[in-house]
Amino acid sequence: MPAVTETIDTVQSLTQSGYKWGFETDIEMDIAPKGLTTDTVRMISAKKGEPEWLLEWRLAAFAAWEAMVEPNWAKVGYPKIDYQDIHYYAAPKRPAPKSLDDVDPELLAMYEKLGIPLKERAVLAGVEGAGMEGVIGSGNPNIAIDAVFDSVSVATTFRDTLAKSGVIFCPISEAVREHPELVRKYLGTVVPVSDNYFAALNSAVFTDGSFVFIPKGVRCPMELSTYFRINAKNSGQFERTLIIADDGAHVSYLEGCTAPMRDENQLHAAVVELVALDDAQIKYSTVQNWYPGDANGRGGIYNFVTKRAACRGARSKVSWTQVETGSAITWKYPSCILQGEGSVGEFYSVAVTNNRQQADTGTKMIHIGKNTRSTIVSKGISAGRSDNTYRGLVRILPRASGARNHTQCDSLLIGDQCGAHTVPYIESRNPTAKVEHEATTSKIAEDQLFYCRSRGLSEEDAVGLIVNGFCKEVLKELPMEFAVEAQKLLAVSLEGSVG
Amino acid sequence: MLSVNNLAARIEEKEILRGLSLDLPAGQVHAIMGPNGSGKSTLGYVLAGHEGYEVTGGSVTFGDADLLAMEPEARAAAGLFLAFQAPLELPGVNNANFLRTALNAIRRAHGEAELDAVGFLRLARAEAKRLAMPDDMLKRNVNVGFSGGEKKRNEVLQMAILRPKLAVLDETDSGLDIDALRIVADGVNALRGPEFSALVITHHQRLLDHLVPDRVHVLSKGRIVRSGGPELARELEANGYAGVVADAA
Ligand SMILES: Nc1ncnc2c1ncn2[C@@H]1O[C@H](COP(=O)(O)OP(=O)(O)OP(=O)(O)O)[C@@H](O)[C@H]1O
Ligand SMILES: [Mg+2]
Repeated sequence: MPAVTETIDTVQSLTQSGYKWGFETDIEMDIAPKGLTTDTVRMISAKKGEPEWLLEWRLAAFAAWEAMVEPNWAKVGYPKIDYQDIHYYAAPKRPAPKSLDDVDPELLAMYEKLGIPLKERAVLAGVEGAGMEGVIGSGNPNIAIDAVFDSVSVATTFRDTLAKSGVIFCPISEAVREHPELVRKYLGTVVPVSDNYFAALNSAVFTDGSFVFIPKGVRCPMELSTYFRINAKNSGQFERTLIIADDGAHVSYLEGCTAPMRDENQLHAAVVELVALDDAQIKYSTVQNWYPGDANGRGGIYNFVTKRAACRGARSKVSWTQVETGSAITWKYPSCILQGEGSVGEFYSVAVTNNRQQADTGTKMIHIGKNTRSTIVSKGISAGRSDNTYRGLVRILPRASGARNHTQCDSLLIGDQCGAHTVPYIESRNPTAKVEHEATTSKIAEDQLFYCRSRGLSEEDAVGLIVNGFCKEVLKELPMEFAVEAQKLLAVSLEGSVG
Repeated sequence: MLSVNNLAARIEEKEILRGLSLDLPAGQVHAIMGPNGSGKSTLGYVLAGHEGYEVTGGSVTFGDADLLAMEPEARAAAGLFLAFQAPLELPGVNNANFLRTALNAIRRAHGEAELDAVGFLRLARAEAKRLAMPDDMLKRNVNVGFSGGEKKRNEVLQMAILRPKLAVLDETDSGLDIDALRIVADGVNALRGPEFSALVITHHQRLLDHLVPDRVHVLSKGRIVRSGGPELARELEANGYAGVVADAA
């Protein structure tokens, strides 16, 4: 039997049971009834004890959402989502924990299972919140973590250490209470409430997420990380992340995600807004591993996410790095609005699809300011019967003299039932701008695998070497601790993709 | 060491090997010559376990093992090495990393300890030096952007590092400059000993001047049509295949 056919068979059998994060945790939950009306929006806002302005903001978003239609331009297909059949609020019953003793033991057990020992550390003694070692990059004392479980943030670590340097890192619901002026100033300024269907939905019903503020001139002393977990049945997860780097501030932020294995699809519609002021730098890395569904496409997360950065300041820089291996459907285009003169946007992406997974992902680089630069490196890997689309827009506005973009888009196919598509849109309205686009499609050829095997490598080792080689440019952009995890995750998601 | 009996193989319905028999005792080097398309590379691929070729008859024993029943990587672990006529490129895969992964896979199969990066580099550099190959060959991606000759030398480097019991060299001499040819021949000669055999596929007497074979076989239309000592190669060099192949037909 030729190697490639075996590939598909084994991938299928493995993926059916291969998602080791797929367990469910039995925790007493506070769940809102299914359905979405203005009452739902009011209920969420009330649960969170939000100020009037935020309720108004949500209601405006809800009104905008009701007037919109679900987009269908992406190369993804799925049955119509019944938005009235979803729980919009699910939270562990106990109130937000003040110390480890307040955290539900079942929740602790779940984190244990995920390999995240939530344990009190000497340094954290007397500090609010539980000491939680790295979700990804486990055990690294240089990473502060905010854990979001279904709709609420359950624990944030190292807050005191961060506070000493003036860094704010907390659940966004808390930021609304503690730092309303900052939230009000920036929320929705990068992704307006009516930006798109899913962003409007998120704005109406978001329940939690992370908030980061790095003050002027501060380099955040540790990596910040948010870990998202969907657990409750038929619930959506709508988290909202807002990161602001003031003049000259630097921060590196990472998010990771998992979900239980379920037959039904679950909706995840997040919004992430980044604001970089003069000379500020934000590095945002994602290792996305939501449940992808089984081999026949049953279950899995619909990951419809809006991520956008505003490089408002001169010489500011935002770098998006993503390793996407999970979700049944991924619809995601982390973008940069390059407004500040000389600002820089980067997008490094690895998207893996297997079995029936569909990914339509890419980026938008909007060059507004003079001498703005952007770099796009996209690596798509398709196996099984999956579809993997890169969709990218590079837009150079008339004032963006000297703007530059370089795009490199590579697709790697494993087997012959999968698809890779590249859809670049380039609009240049300034004659001094330079835009370059390169695209390649390759296949792991049977002869390459045979060559490796004739040297003693197993097919798995061979695929691993080739895939890691293919993604090298992107993986090296991840913070060190995470690069290793990402490499492992790639190996797992393509495990047995041959022989 | 290697015993091929009446081997028949085809690719995409096309019969290529048609009853090929060959005995290669341990410690010997045999040359295989023959016109283009006669099936020399096919023999190499079938011995190494290429799944594109269907074996339709015959048998092959390697040591005590039924070679044809083994996976390609198991054949490598058992000591078989094929130097490809057209080595493949592996974009993004570092040559040293590739070779270390291969060597360690073989060591694991033998229950030996794996070599760490430092230990491996020491070994690889020493071998590269013996083959007069620049160090940076190890840092580059496997065969990517290598010249024809560099690819062939890289095959020999792999062989030197993996230390097979049986090496099948498929036109490893083609594309090599005169000095490299010598170095490659010396590389193989250095491995010669009671535990090492080689099947050297070549079109040129020149290689056989440096790497003197115990036997020379002529392959035509998927069969060995004539065998002899080193003088057979010289005869072919002088007179061409016409006589030999016609004799057999
Ligand atoms: N994939 C294939 N499909 C059809 N025919 C093939 C295929 N691969 C090889 N062949 C044929 O098999 C025959 C033997 O090829 P092989 O490569 O073994 O020859 P060779 O003796 O090594 O020749 P050379 O001296 O040119 O290297 C040739 O006629 C070749 O065209
Ligand atoms: Mg040949």
